[in-house]
Amino acid sequence: MRAAREAPAIRAVSSFDPEQARADFPILKQKVRGRPLVYLDSAATSQKPKCVIDAVSNYYCTTNANVHRGVHALSESATEQFEQAREKVRRFINAPRAEDIVFVRGTTEGINLVAQSFGRTRVRGGDEILISAMEHHSNIVPWQLLCESTGAVLRVAPMNEAGELLVDEFESMLGPKTRLVALAHISNALGTINPVRQLIAMAHARGIPVLLDGAQAVPHLKVDVKALDCDFYAFSGHKMFGPMGIGALFGKAEWLESMPPYQGGGDMILSVTFEKTLYNRVPYKFEAGTPDVAGAIGLGSAIDYLAGLGIEQIAGYEHELLDYATRALAAVPGVRLVGTARQKASVISFLMDDVHPHDIGTILDREGIAVRTGHHCAQPVMRQFGIDATVRASLALYNTPKDIDALVAGLEKVKEVFQ
Amino acid sequence: MSSDLRDLYQEVVVDHSRHPRNFRKIDRPDQTVQGFNPLCGDKLTLYVKFNDQVIEDISFEGSGCAISKASASMMTATTKGKTKAEAEELFRQFHTLITEGPDGPVKREQLGKLAALGGVSEFPARVKCASLAWHTLRSALEGKGEAVSTE
Repeated sequence: MRAAREAPAIRAVSSFDPEQARADFPILKQKVRGRPLVYLDSAATSQKPKCVIDAVSNYYCTTNANVHRGVHALSESATEQFEQAREKVRRFINAPRAEDIVFVRGTTEGINLVAQSFGRTRVRGGDEILISAMEHHSNIVPWQLLCESTGAVLRVAPMNEAGELLVDEFESMLGPKTRLVALAHISNALGTINPVRQLIAMAHARGIPVLLDGAQAVPHLKVDVKALDCDFYAFSGHKMFGPMGIGALFGKAEWLESMPPYQGGGDMILSVTFEKTLYNRVPYKFEAGTPDVAGAIGLGSAIDYLAGLGIEQIAGYEHELLDYATRALAAVPGVRLVGTARQKASVISFLMDDVHPHDIGTILDREGIAVRTGHHCAQPVMRQFGIDATVRASLALYNTPKDIDALVAGLEKVKEVFQ
Repeated sequence: MSSDLRDLYQEVVVDHSRHPRNFRKIDRPDQTVQGFNPLCGDKLTLYVKFNDQVIEDISFEGSGCAISKASASMMTATTKGKTKAEAEELFRQFHTLITEGPDGPVKREQLGKLAALGGVSEFPARVKCASLAWHTLRSALEGKGEAVSTE
């Protein structure tokens, strides 16, 4: 096979060893439907390395206690590990202070927090929120809810046929009524990497703050919120090899300090009487209720894991693998790639002949190959391309050219069924 | 290729998905009902014309996966000329076949051409695809005219 012969070239130019990384992920050792698992759905959720699984397990075996209140040894240790995890997140995205990091359930909750807390106090009828045409539903619906309750207007910056944001159009839509810009750092359905630094500079030139949805970006490239100068950055742990149910929201201190609480409850207060409640300082003001301590510690472990491998090395390897996969898939007769931006990461969306993606997904599954099929929670993206669904193969550091070859072979089976 | 895959995508199923029968509009139908499968984006519009209790004409339009299209095609081919009660009973049997499989109370032999979709029982994620058209028909039979969603 043509694709298979090209494989060694990847290992020659990259210092990163995916086979060694693969060994860190217990789930990848299993067989699915009698075949070695080929996991190409990391954009939905990534697999977890042993160190993350152990960190969560160890926490419950040795430390479990509630944080920020007990005077006993376990509570002190849990609090210390929880706050260490916050410091790891700070370092991971180069935020100025650990207090600028709010633990949330994931990207979705981070965006909802900003929409509700920032939005409710600063957005009024007639104001505008600007998003892009390639957003995940999580970066559309929270703003629609805000617009419904305030009478604000949601505006959408367009993209071209390759799935690239039209930067000039975007700039022309920034106006005196724009209160906030909310953009995907990397599109989950198309893989497009947005030129966020440039877009942020354009918004800031008009005094408009910017939120980035970093869910797809953090496992694939180095994120530096100071260099980007973004106002908010939300991401999920589970897409970057951490546990499900934990994520983080970075906010610039000037915003977080002035924003009202998102939810009420324990941990977010200083004192409560029936007449008046005093709120805790940031970030605790935004962390009502007992947090997912084990999740935060697991996320910290995932950050250590990525740092150990080197995010730049990972990005370099994945870039080569994406190139390899793009060429291999484009060479399959009848395959049409959806999303061909010049700057891409991790994601290949495609169609083949007139076979519906759902049927392709079922047949690939029988070969032990996990891909996502459907609209990828980005129905407006599908609509722009005039389609209902795509097959999405998404890559992570543990994928190899062999996985891509298996996918290409799987597509041959699809052709057999639908010949 | 695995045998359950071959059983799911039998030639007759692929043929119905490629060349769906009764894939058209009906002039002045008595019922027009839309069906959606939000999970995979299948959507169809079902048109039905009754003559008293009998399904005089039935057709559909829409887009979706091979299973949902083939199922809609076979359903229209099978239910045309049947009474409402017969169509209801067919759905009950068909649904039992695709959810409970060969060990269930309904055997493929009982269902004639519809039996070609019996392989769906090995693919739980695809049951919704196969039953979308039928749920839509049930809504048309009940005369509610309400859109149907499998979620």
